[in-house]
This record gives sequence, C-alpha cells and structure tokens, in this order.
Amino acid sequence: MWRDHLTEIIVFTLLFLLVSGMGFVAARWRAPKDMAHLDEWGLGGRNFGGWITWFLVGGDLYTAYTFVAVPALMFGAGAAGFFAVPYTIVIYPLVFLVLCRLWSVSHRHGFVTPADFVRNRFDSPVLALLIAITGIVATMPYIALQLVGIEAVLKTMGVTGESALARHLPIIVAFAILAAYTYQSGLRAPALIAFVKDTLIYIVILVAVLWLPQKLGGWGAIFDAADAKFQASPNPNDGITLNANNQLQYITLAFGSALALFLYPHSITGVLASRNRDVIKRNMSALPAYSLLLGLIALLGFMAIAAGVTPLPGNSPGSVDSNTVVPVLFDQQFPDWFAGVAYAAIGIGALVPAAIMSIAAANLFTRNIYKEYLRRDATAAQEANVSKITSLVVKLGAVACIVFLDPQFSIDLQLIGGVIILQTLPAVALGLYTRWFHKGALIAGWAAGMGLGMWMLYQVSSPTRKHFGGSAFPLEKFGFDTPKTIYVGIIAVLVNLAVAVLLTLMLRAAKVHDDGDGTTPDDYFADEGDPRVTPGRTRDADAAPEPVA
Amino acid sequence: MALSEPDAPDPETRLTASSRAKDKSPWNWLLLIPIVVPLIPLFFNGDSPRVFGFPRFYWLQLTYILLGVATTTLVYQMTKKRG
Repeated sequence: MWRDHLTEIIVFTLLFLLVSGMGFVAARWRAPKDMAHLDEWGLGGRNFGGWITWFLVGGDLYTAYTFVAVPALMFGAGAAGFFAVPYTIVIYPLVFLVLCRLWSVSHRHGFVTPADFVRNRFDSPVLALLIAITGIVATMPYIALQLVGIEAVLKTMGVTGESALARHLPIIVAFAILAAYTYQSGLRAPALIAFVKDTLIYIVILVAVLWLPQKLGGWGAIFDAADAKFQASPNPNDGITLNANNQLQYITLAFGSALALFLYPHSITGVLASRNRDVIKRNMSALPAYSLLLGLIALLGFMAIAAGVTPLPGNSPGSVDSNTVVPVLFDQQFPDWFAGVAYAAIGIGALVPAAIMSIAAANLFTRNIYKEYLRRDATAAQEANVSKITSLVVKLGAVACIVFLDPQFSIDLQLIGGVIILQTLPAVALGLYTRWFHKGALIAGWAAGMGLGMWMLYQVSSPTRKHFGGSAFPLEKFGFDTPKTIYVGIIAVLVNLAVAVLLTLMLRAAKVHDDGDGTTPDDYFADEGDPRVTPGRTRDADAAPEPVA
Repeated sequence: MALSEPDAPDPETRLTASSRAKDKSPWNWLLLIPIVVPLIPLFFNGDSPRVFGFPRFYWLQLTYILLGVATTTLVYQMTKKRG
C-alpha cells in the first residue's frame, strides 16, 4: 500500500522534480549562440572536458536497468551474474586506442553517428543504412528497459494500480517530462543531470556496502547464506562460483558484451561529445570506478538473499518480478527517507541513459535516413529539428513498448540487441583500422551474423520458456558432445567476420570495383587544435570554465 | 619487461611520419594484460582463500579493476604528447 511508503514517495518526488528543473535549465549551461545544429543539440557542442565526460559516459553505460537487473541475476543465479565485472574491466583497455581514432576522424569530418563514418569510409549509403537501422533497433528496447528500472522502484513504493493505465501513469508522466527537457536542452540535459544521479548512486552504494554487512552478520555470512541457497536449489548452474559448464559462457559473455558496448550509438555519442583525445584516454582510466560500483551493486543480490528478501509478484499471476529484489532490500533495511534517496538514484539513473539513447537514435535517423534518403539538402537547423522531433517519437515508442507489451518482450529485444549491435563490429571498429574489406563483403557478413544470431537466440530455452530463454547457447546443438554453453554474440560475429574476409578475398580476386574512401590515414590522428578539425561553432561562447581538467 | 620507451620522433626528418606514428608505441601492448587476465577462469574461479569474507571469485575479480586502471594510466602517461 502506498501510504506505508509516504516518506519514500515524498523524497523520491522531490529529487525527481529537482533534476527535471535542471534538465530544463541545462539549455543555458555552456550555452551556444545557436542551438539549431546537431553538434550542439546532439553532441553538447563537442566540447566536454574530463569530468563532464566521466559523469556523462558513466551515467550512460551503467544504466538503471543494470543496477536493478545485475543484482537480480546474482540473486537468482549467483556467480554467473558477476560477468558484468570482467565485462566492464576488459572494455576500457580494449577500446583505449580505437575510440581515439573514431574521435579524430569524426571531428575532422563532422561525423555525428557511427553510420556517418561507415558512409564515408566505405562510400556506401547502403552499408551505412544497415548500420543505422541496427543501431536504432538495438537502442529502442534499451530505452524501454530503463522504464522497467523505474517501475521496479515504483512498485516497491506501492505506486501501482489495477488497470494497465493506472499502473503506468507515473511512468508516462516521468517520460513526458524527460521528453520535454531533452527536446529543449539536448545532450546538455543528461550531462548536467548525470552529476546528481551519480552522486546519489555513489552515496547510496557506499552506505549500503558499509552498513548492510554489519546488519547481516558480515560479508562471510552473506556469501555463506548465498552458498546455502544455491546448494539447496535444484538448478545445477547456480552457485557462488562457476562450474565446468558455464565458464566458457561467462567469459565469452563478458568479452562479447565488451566488444558490443562501444558499438552502441549512445556510447559513441558520449565519446564524440568530448573535447579532445586526451579526455577520452583519461576517461578510459577513470571510468572503471563505475565498475567497482557495479561489482558492489551486484553483491546487493547476495545481501538480499542473506536478508531473506522475497521479490514482489510479477504482472502475471504466480510469477515473481525479480527486478524488485534490490528495492525491497532497501525498503526493509534502510530508514524510509534514505530508501527514498536510493529509489530516486535508480529513477534518475534511468533518465540519463534514456535521454542519451533517444538522442543517439534520433541522430541516426536524421543523419543516415532523413538526410541520406528523404532530404539531401537539409540545412543544419532542419537536421537539428528533425532530431529533436525524432527523439520524442523514440521515447513515445519506448513507453508504448512497456504499456502495451509484456515487459518481457523488451528484455528479449535487449538480449537480441546486444547480439545484433555486435554485427556492426567489422564495419565500424575494424573499419577504423583498415579499408581492406570490400563493402559488399561487409554487407554479406552483417546479414550472415544477424541471421545466425537470431536463429541461435531462438534455439535457447530456459526452464520457463521455449525460445529466447537467454544468450547461453548449448554447444550440443552444433553436434558437440558437451554440456558447455557459449555466448551467442561471439559465434555470430565470428561467422560475420569469416564471411566478410572470404568474400573480400573473392571480390578482390574477381576485381569487383570498390575503392572509395572519403578519409585519409592522417584523419585518424587529428586532435583538438588541428587546423582541419571541424571548428566548434561555439568555442567563443564557452565562457563557463571546466570544473577540472 | 623488455619494453622500452619509444624514441621521440625527430621532427626535422620525420615530419610526415610523426603524426601517423602518434598512436604507435610498444607501451600499447601492455593493454593486452587487463584484457586477457580477467578472462582466465582458472585464476578466479574458486572460494578459497577468502579475504574479508569475500571468496576468491569476488575479491580477485574486483582487484582486476585496479589492474585495468593501473595499466591504462601507465600507457596513457607513457604515450602522451610531451609539452
């Protein structure tokens, strides 16, 4: 009943209103002379320094859904859920040099999206369109999932109702506000709000990991309680360590997810908004602070086991909503006002990535579909306008996904999203290093990877579902005599690469013409101050100094 | 470690090559360590020894975060432009 949670609701609402106000004010923060340009609305002036980038990209990659779903996975399956930690460790050394090249070439040519780069590098609007559509399709369910994060919190506060509309009304209101300030302020809104979001999250987690173990008998007791739970469960693949059969899945999922992360358009948006290559490199060293946070958040799942938390019931009778594990833990263990702060951290944590993702998806539509196919001569102001409107449509679509469809559908799509975005790896990531691939071969590789990935995901069953039961593909389906499983995305991208390499060799041997390249080798090293770097239209208006760096 | 600091390119003779070579450095190979080590289950997949109550699976993987930070910081410091 919501009346029992009145303090929590009041604290949550106040903090939510505070950041909403910030979202609208953000338009005037580091304000440009002219906001009607994608570099301004969509990339915040391409001029963010070290601290802003750290908060922005951190708030972007470590989403509310992650903070809710990872501990839920730990609660349910144990060690397997901890893959998020190695995933977010290997990611930074992996992309340390790659992102700098992407930044340089994008600044020289004024690219806003990864598809812009592919369009130019391979001289292929078709390949760029495929990359853009892949990006949009992968991002949409990710936005919807942020709503799942907020809903888990609202449900725990008893803000729920009988009808679908009553249940979703708070979400609709929250997203309407989010849509309004994103429309007005663009990337500046999530950049400014990220400061509040991350500060709240760090405080909440610090308190949780210092205080809760004392209440629950210490870390040793927490892990023992989790161990006892998994020993008693009939599932052979849970436990506080991995077994012989899920180790391969664990590391391939961590590695595959790491490869995929910076292919997501919203991650690239955060990177391109930074001021220079140094900002990116320093952030690759500083962003792992969030990985530590994520590791500690994951362990909240075990604390919930030790505290005897029972997740709230799901939407369908008899089911449980495991995403409510952490909110219920906070509700039980924290004083009401602090639980309210924690809920606000999760709720606001959903807004930052949702805003950036909708901006990234909107930019893809504008640059690679609208400008390419609908209106070639669109001016900068028209581009910015189309992006603003598209960002509204994208959010509307995300809300519709949650209100009209089973949330499980969004979770499935998100699972698929990770696999399909990985299929842009040869064109986007390898394309930054080599023009050797033939564009036709890249398209064929993409199609092969997509097809195989979808088929494999369809084949994965779970105890509760026949298809799309997860991303752990049993190798026995390929005819191997083993109970081991492997991450679908890795296989799909390897096949994608194999097809691209073989076809490139064949097409080159057959002398099929393909040598267009709009970039020069020098483009990949350009840095701030380079005479040919797209001049920031707004440098002169940048009166507000950086906090640091 | 057999890696040594790269020679500073001589601006007079390698003017065109210098901007191309900006990203190239033997220090970059160090980045492979925090990519490969965290993905070897043999190291982290076990319960003992426990540290502050954390099984090895958890404390070791959390420690790998420091490995990643240290390596990227080192590579950044060693390869950044002077001046």
